[in-house]
Amino acid sequence: MSVTPVDPHDITVRSNGLRRRRIVEKGFGVVAILAALMACAILAVVLGTVIYKGFSQLSLSFFTEPRPLFGEQGGIADALVGSALIVGMAMLMAIPVAVLVAIYMSEYAGPRVSRALRVVLDVLNGVPAIVVGIFVFGILVVGHGQSAVYGAFALAILMLPMVSRATQEILDVVPQSLRHASLALGVTKWRTTLSIVLPAAIGGILTGVVIAVARVAGETAPLLFTTSVAANTVSLDVHGALPTLPVLIYENSESPDPNAQAAGWAAALVLIVFVLLLNVLAKFFAGRKRRKLEGS
Amino acid sequence: MTSAPFEPTATPELDLRRRGIRLGDVLFKGIAIVAALAAVVLLAFIAWKILDLARPAISHFGLSFIWTDVWDPVKEEFGALAFIYGTVVTSVIALVLATPLSIAIALFLTEIAPRRIAAPIATMVELLAAIPSVVLGLWGIIVFGPWVRDHLEPWLQGVLGFLPIFSGDPSQVGILPAALVLTIMIVPITSAICRELFLRVPRDLVDGSLALGSTRWEAIRGVMFAYAAPGIAAAVLLGLGRAFGEAIAVNQTIGNRNVIPTSWFEPGNSLGSMIAAQYTGATSVLQAGSILYLAAILMVISLVANVAAQLIVVRFERARRAV
Repeated sequence: MSVTPVDPHDITVRSNGLRRRRIVEKGFGVVAILAALMACAILAVVLGTVIYKGFSQLSLSFFTEPRPLFGEQGGIADALVGSALIVGMAMLMAIPVAVLVAIYMSEYAGPRVSRALRVVLDVLNGVPAIVVGIFVFGILVVGHGQSAVYGAFALAILMLPMVSRATQEILDVVPQSLRHASLALGVTKWRTTLSIVLPAAIGGILTGVVIAVARVAGETAPLLFTTSVAANTVSLDVHGALPTLPVLIYENSESPDPNAQAAGWAAALVLIVFVLLLNVLAKFFAGRKRRKLEGS
Repeated sequence: MTSAPFEPTATPELDLRRRGIRLGDVLFKGIAIVAALAAVVLLAFIAWKILDLARPAISHFGLSFIWTDVWDPVKEEFGALAFIYGTVVTSVIALVLATPLSIAIALFLTEIAPRRIAAPIATMVELLAAIPSVVLGLWGIIVFGPWVRDHLEPWLQGVLGFLPIFSGDPSQVGILPAALVLTIMIVPITSAICRELFLRVPRDLVDGSLALGSTRWEAIRGVMFAYAAPGIAAAVLLGLGRAFGEAIAVNQTIGNRNVIPTSWFEPGNSLGSMIAAQYTGATSVLQAGSILYLAAILMVISLVANVAAQLIVVRFERARRAV
């Protein structure tokens, strides 16, 4: 280490130590490659473990039979039905409101209001899922008991900001010329929005919806307080608590019984395949959206 | 209306239709405004309701709840310190590990890898983000935890055993496994944001730096980091918010012991994990209130992290627009 002060802006001084610079340059490349490899390796290890431990459990009866009461072989039909109903109801609750919020932001509100709403949605998106669960527990479950509808409501709260932000971002890139052409033909603003702007943006909206569904389908925390104490039977009664895949995996993961753990791995495999398929679907929609908007 | 002199073509039907049409516009705009208001009210209602539900415990314990380290349902004495400690320590470890890793991944994807390799790897990182936390927790408790106990923790103890945080018996559940599972959860989030940021750095700035004779790393450090620094800070805060709020995967791996552990190998507990563990029902009003007090603390610290991230983004965008 030299004691003479070095001017950091003097290029000639900096270009000394070429060897050191070359080593740093090489080292940076190696570190970046290793980091990327590590992320891929972790994904491979997690997916590999789930497939390895879960695949052998899968059979037709695993999908058609409800969970066993004690120890015997059984399936996850009750949780599959419960999860499908709850996620379906959450979509019905969240998507119309979310799309309307996005329409207000991009078609009606001024830039300042729109920016404020964006911050509100992002903050809502940042509320921890477990806090949303406890909130729904506090306003609905206390006094009424657990119910699949309340679970769906909690998931809808999580979906709302995700779908709204995705929709608003795609509405903002729909060309103004489309709106102007429609309005110039004498079409009213609301008809223009519904039959010209939304169809033009449908690819992006679907991408947002699919990603939001993939996110909430695996959420456990909001369901624990709203629809976790349920019977192991296939039921369509949404007013009572219904079993769900994530809660089943959660409970089985903490069970010392190897049969329960094995069923947990198989359920995890089903959930992961579903979530990954949704992500592939989202990519497909996103690709279509891009082609369509670039084409116009 | 029918006698309007300037509109000779305005027949009664046309006028009505025009008014009907306007009604549709007003109605639609009204519905959209109501939906937007509902989103704002929902956020305010969540915040108010959580504080309201926690009121019995807030009025009983006051603010000292936050720095009291006790959880004793028998004596009805409750405090949040052990859970705040668990939340902050696991999240900070996760962040310290995840931030350089995420930046390195983002740099690999934008600066090093040819596009044909970068695209599939970016997809894989996205898929890592898509794995449900409960599945990651299942893997954490059954596969990863034992590996940490048998390999990682003995190695850490051998190298850094003189530090109290690496003392004691290795364990498959504890602060360290939970922090590592959180790291896996936030790396894909922060690396995706960093990648977007790096892609938005104007290419001519980087090229200018390279043309002046800097190495690629020097261009990245001097130009890209300088340009993207506020965005990276926001990404880190968003990751921190996610780590604070994660309940399930932490619950499965942290061990759920309501004390402040000296060693990272020992089990502890976090705010979210403690709340999740109580879903089968608290036994007294005060205990239920205390759980909600924990939820209120969790809500406040994750909102602070998120709002701080938003403010950075807003200021960042304003500065960019000014340029």
